Amino acid sequence: MNPIPDIFRILPEVILTLTGVLVMLLDAALPPHWARRPLGWVAAFGTTLALWGSLAQLSLPEGTGFSGTVETSAFTVFFHVLICGVVLVALLLSLDTLPEDSHHQGEFYALVVFGAVGMCLLTGAVELLLVFIALEISSIATYILAGYRKDTPRGPEAAIKYFLLGSFATAFLLYGIALIFGATGTTQIYEIALLAPTALNHGFILAGLGLMLVGILFKVSAVPFHVWTPDVYEGSPTPVVALMSTAPKAAAFALLLRVVYEMLPTLRSVWQPLLWVVAVLSMTLGNLAALRQQNVKRMLAYSAIAHAGYLLAAFAALDSTGIAAASFYIAAYAAMNVGIFAVVTLVSGYDEKRPLIDDFRGLIYRSPLLGSLLIFFLISLVGIPFTGGFFGKFYAFSAAVGGGAIWLAIIGLLNSGLAAAYYLRLGLVAAQQPDAQKPVVPAPKVGIAVGAALLLAVAATLILGIVPSDVLHAAENAAYTLQAPSTNTSAPAHVFDLKMMIP
Amino acid sequence: MNEINQSILTLILLVPLAGAVLVALVPDRFKLPNWIALLTALGTFGLTLHLPAHFSFASEAPRFQFEITRLWIEKPAIFYHVGVDGLSLWLVVLVGLLAPIGVVASWNAIQARRKLFYALFLVQQTAMFGVFISLDLMVYYGFWELSLVPMAILIAMYGRKDGPKAALKFFLFTFIPSAPLLVAILWLYAKTGSFDFATLRFWVASGALPAGALFWVALAFLFAFAVKVPVFPLHGWVADTFSEAPVALVMVVAGKLGLYSMLRFHIGLFPVQARAVAPVLIGLAVIGILYGACLALVQRDFWRLMAYAALSHLSLITLGIYGLTLTGWEGAVYQILNHGVVDGALFLLLGLLYDRYATSQINAYGGLAAKLPRLATFFVIGSLAMIGLPMLGGFVGEFLILLGTFTGVSKGWAIAAAVGVILGVAYMLWLVQRLFYGPESALATSKPPQDLRLGQLCVLWPLAALMLVMGVAPMLWLPTIETAAHPPQLRTPNILPLVLPRSASPTSLNGEGPQ
Repeated sequence: MNPIPDIFRILPEVILTLTGVLVMLLDAALPPHWARRPLGWVAAFGTTLALWGSLAQLSLPEGTGFSGTVETSAFTVFFHVLICGVVLVALLLSLDTLPEDSHHQGEFYALVVFGAVGMCLLTGAVELLLVFIALEISSIATYILAGYRKDTPRGPEAAIKYFLLGSFATAFLLYGIALIFGATGTTQIYEIALLAPTALNHGFILAGLGLMLVGILFKVSAVPFHVWTPDVYEGSPTPVVALMSTAPKAAAFALLLRVVYEMLPTLRSVWQPLLWVVAVLSMTLGNLAALRQQNVKRMLAYSAIAHAGYLLAAFAALDSTGIAAASFYIAAYAAMNVGIFAVVTLVSGYDEKRPLIDDFRGLIYRSPLLGSLLIFFLISLVGIPFTGGFFGKFYAFSAAVGGGAIWLAIIGLLNSGLAAAYYLRLGLVAAQQPDAQKPVVPAPKVGIAVGAALLLAVAATLILGIVPSDVLHAAENAAYTLQAPSTNTSAPAHVFDLKMMIP
Repeated sequence: MNEINQSILTLILLVPLAGAVLVALVPDRFKLPNWIALLTALGTFGLTLHLPAHFSFASEAPRFQFEITRLWIEKPAIFYHVGVDGLSLWLVVLVGLLAPIGVVASWNAIQARRKLFYALFLVQQTAMFGVFISLDLMVYYGFWELSLVPMAILIAMYGRKDGPKAALKFFLFTFIPSAPLLVAILWLYAKTGSFDFATLRFWVASGALPAGALFWVALAFLFAFAVKVPVFPLHGWVADTFSEAPVALVMVVAGKLGLYSMLRFHIGLFPVQARAVAPVLIGLAVIGILYGACLALVQRDFWRLMAYAALSHLSLITLGIYGLTLTGWEGAVYQILNHGVVDGALFLLLGLLYDRYATSQINAYGGLAAKLPRLATFFVIGSLAMIGLPMLGGFVGEFLILLGTFTGVSKGWAIAAAVGVILGVAYMLWLVQRLFYGPESALATSKPPQDLRLGQLCVLWPLAALMLVMGVAPMLWLPTIETAAHPPQLRTPNILPLVLPRSASPTSLNGEGPQ
């Protein structure tokens, strides 16, 4: 039936899995006293290969594989490339910043890669059980990575908090899936889309949607499911936060897009107001809380919550503009956020002796390169034109305005003014004269790997800000494929049997 | 020649940017950054002079000249669309002129981290040029926002005492109002599918857009511009910025962006809505004139005095703009140019004083005229130009604005504004007296006299000459300004075609269709 071998439908996932396994095996096989750093390069190489693999998938005809569970389309490729790119940057960042003697360095790289498998799979899955499995793969890897610094009290705290709350959230998601399965008799997203409007148990579907939204909004750290974010970000190693605050979020947003636009577009009148409220709450509370933070990572955690809010504003739009805007925003957000966390990693150091905003004082004098990069990424986060952050906000809010949500756009843009206050505070502290009384902190060294990571992030942010057309075009293609349901899925007969069994 | 006309505006944008990159690359030795910045600024100034030299004043000439339109982003349709008309033409030249003066003013004032300073200063130039020449609202907005960044960083890093605080204040004051501006622009795009100035003007005038919403859209535009000018209740950032920011930036930034944007994108785009709010703005402008002048009278710090003086003068220009008379309009544009030149000279001189004596407390000075005769002379000339002495630039602009207000708006407002102008004479002359005359203060005797040097004289002589020329030969500028305010084919005495009579239908006066 399907002339394309199914394996090509999950090419990047396969490459990543093999890379992860290889790294694990090498870690076990190499003599204990050998440096584990080359394993990071192996992982980075594998990720690059996976990135290439995702791009190669563009030549596949759009469709599903493995009995209609995994899809390849412009949408999945967009997110695969994004996730692989972010993972690559995070790996390069870890290569130079993980201390040589840290335990289980090999596992670290393997876990990052395995997490990427889950995230990629999540964006490609069109079957809710696979969605759940993919989410678990990515989450479990992230839980472990969050607690990687076992020697500090904050590390395990972050991991446990993240794990417990995250498990709750996944349970919600699973319960939602169960309810939707109960109402429609299928877990295949396209079939649900067909069956949901006529399903007898409309209440089940509503409840299922609500529960699924809880699970997904937790993953994207939107208010009111955001409480874990600052603590987890603070306790996790900064390279992990660079990854955690971008790639899994991108995957979760891809899932959200799929669920609301592809699975239950008919319930727009239900989820749109919900997401409207969540968007306003997220950006406002996120920004207000960020204003009061002293710790840079906590501040950026609240800023991430606010950005989830801006992103959700795009969901107020009708159809493809909203999807395209959201996809573009995710890309822009990922580029600048991974960049700023890279800078923060270098400045604070792996042991995080300098985590406070005041510790950034005089950064531009100590290290003109890092200082300028910090200010550059902050400018992008503020949303100044000619950076990715601007076009992200621009598309998101113009989608909202196009969908008639003028107030959402006004609230959002006023919020970005509010956000400018704390971004600027950090930038201004970095631009201040260093304190003469304090001992001079040596400038952080920028190695090759970190340099490459920073270069990638800067280039992406600038490209998205100056010549966004190509990426926007890709995002629009993605939006288009998400909208048009694939034709080569036929509902299996048992679906209808089951449906008849449900009273 | 035609090719030069095609690319001149792009060159004007790119040359400072290239200069900035070059400054960032060269080593910080032998004043290399200074020289590169100076040469770049002079080169750009030379390029801007190409515009008036080749601008066509013929009545059949298109309104916007040196136009380029290139697709930048397909969806939403953002065009790199630039061009100048009689309004922006001289503003571009003014920005070009002020740049080398800014470099000279910073020559000795900026000692540390010169590379960053000059690089950002040149980026600031690009942003300013971009604001004045953009005819696509998104590109305009881009440059408008971009102009905040170098300014904020420079205030923070090179501020006098409390730079970061002033920078934050400046940034937030000007960034937050641009949020409604962006929403308004997006709303216009959602309704019309275009960011192009001419197309939008056509749409707004066609009456096809809901009038109630347009009122709010116009108000959002106005709000953003009014903060930047600043108009009276929104002036909170001015005093801090003026007293903290490096001299070069104050002279480059003050007033022009906001006033130009009001002319082009508020009145130019929403004539009907602008007319509706004009009375309010006239009132606020007169309050601003008097309030600024009164506050300037009681300042003890000359930066703050100049800040409130600027508030007063810029409010006078706002009065000219929103009086909505041709005379007032011409006076306003003329006064923007004059204010730029005069403020440039005065800030350069005050900056030199500050560098030498390290205080801005007026009462610490006194009796400097005998020690620094040249500096004092130029300061007096600048002050006289500022207070509107006939034969000097300020007179023409102020006179036209007051005349326009008197004949076209109301005698009462004109008289009140004139009182503000007289107060302006008081605080400026009093400042001159306290700084340069009277008994020699301890501060003045504490340092050996060091008058203006050759480089500074090279800047100040032309500026003084320019003030004189602007005073006696306004006809060099006014016809160009008139072409912008007043397309020749629509001339009616003293009524701006942009400002419709209440009864006329919006379409009847619109000469241009969508492009």
